[in-house]
Amino acid sequence: MSIITVKNLKKSFGNVEVLKDINAEVQEKEVVCVIGPSGSGKSTFLRCLNRLEEISGGEVIINGHDITAPKVDINKVRQEVGMVFQQFNLFPHKTVLENITLGPIKIRATKKAEAEKLALELLDKVGLRAKANSYPGELSGGQKQRVAIARALAMNPKIMLFDEPTSALDPEMVGDVLEVMKQLAKEGMTMVVVTHEMGFAREVGDRVIFMDGGYIVEENEPNQLFGNPQHERTKAFLSKVL
Amino acid sequence: MNRVDVITSAFPILLEGLKVTLYIFVIAIILGFIIGLAVALLRLAPLKILNWVAKIYVDAIRGTPFIVQLFFIYFGINSLQIISLNNTTAGIITVAINAGAYFSEIIRAGIQSIDKGQTEAARSIGLTSVQSMRFVVLPQAFRRMLPTITNQSIISLKDTSLLSVIGIADLTQQGQIQASATFEAFKIWLIVGVIYFVVIYLLTILANFVERRFQLR
Repeated sequence: MSIITVKNLKKSFGNVEVLKDINAEVQEKEVVCVIGPSGSGKSTFLRCLNRLEEISGGEVIINGHDITAPKVDINKVRQEVGMVFQQFNLFPHKTVLENITLGPIKIRATKKAEAEKLALELLDKVGLRAKANSYPGELSGGQKQRVAIARALAMNPKIMLFDEPTSALDPEMVGDVLEVMKQLAKEGMTMVVVTHEMGFAREVGDRVIFMDGGYIVEENEPNQLFGNPQHERTKAFLSKVL
Repeated sequence: MNRVDVITSAFPILLEGLKVTLYIFVIAIILGFIIGLAVALLRLAPLKILNWVAKIYVDAIRGTPFIVQLFFIYFGINSLQIISLNNTTAGIITVAINAGAYFSEIIRAGIQSIDKGQTEAARSIGLTSVQSMRFVVLPQAFRRMLPTITNQSIISLKDTSLLSVIGIADLTQQGQIQASATFEAFKIWLIVGVIYFVVIYLLTILANFVERRFQLR
């Protein structure tokens, strides 16, 4: 059974329909990369998966929860869905450690010592244990993003959503972040990654979705989609970015 | 009476007045802050009617002079004979309600100045909207608001001097009494001015200290 099911998803901002009719499924442990030109709706699509955007129509089922149902406890569902943002969105008034422990302590009522132990393990994983007591303002972009990944992982989510995680980074920082993401994929995390990193999509993605104009135009295994795109729009896009 | 005598006899009385001023100020400013926070949250609440209530309150206070508000609460409300407010209570309420309106605007602007991404990150972890506000948005917003909050607090402290017109024995009222009793208006009002100045200066130092403590790294 798929862990994410999206049926006839529609999303409008005022009169502008950004997502027109999205149907997609993601299997457990699958890494799905979403590519497409800017304005194609790919970030909006991702943000609908944890209802950061209110959904205008259709159904989104996350790990068995219909998140558009009126009585769904969205906060509960969000605990199962980690999210990493383009702009990191670390809490600047909290140390790296506090950023990571906030969720477990306030939501799960984890003991502080235990939450910190977990946080340090996660920092080991992203290679930043030494920065535990630094503030986000003292970190480079790549380090911030790795902390943001650790923060999302601290809730022990079943799914991780990445919204252009490397787009705001200096080129030399991109590698470190992608490395962490690859590791995560290898460990079997279910991931949906909106990205412009075609290399990453090709290497790590199990499936690539190409979006344009509020629709999914084409989806396929990376080798197929990049090597043998079927649609004109996919071809046109890939010829510009590859 | 010679010059030294005037000061030595009047000064302790003026300090008694200062006590009243500070007593009213501290209670009113705390109440005002609570009102301000509540009204700011109403103003930002996702329910139109609440936004309106908050906006009407802020507009009413901002659009009328302090002294009119004071007379309305002390004389106006008391004249209805439903409740009876003594002058100190009426004074505290007026300063609190007045400061609350300005605080609410400061707090609203502070909250709105925090990047939307902060709330989104907090919500995406699974924090409720109240928790996001409490642990993520407000702590950052307060740091930004501190200078303006200090400013409004100083204005409110000075506003308490108007309470002397409803007979509250604050620093200004005591100054008036001493000035007419001693015929030394120049000296008395100079001293009263210096006392206000020193208190406000100390308040500013305290505010700077707090600001430094909470500075974002």
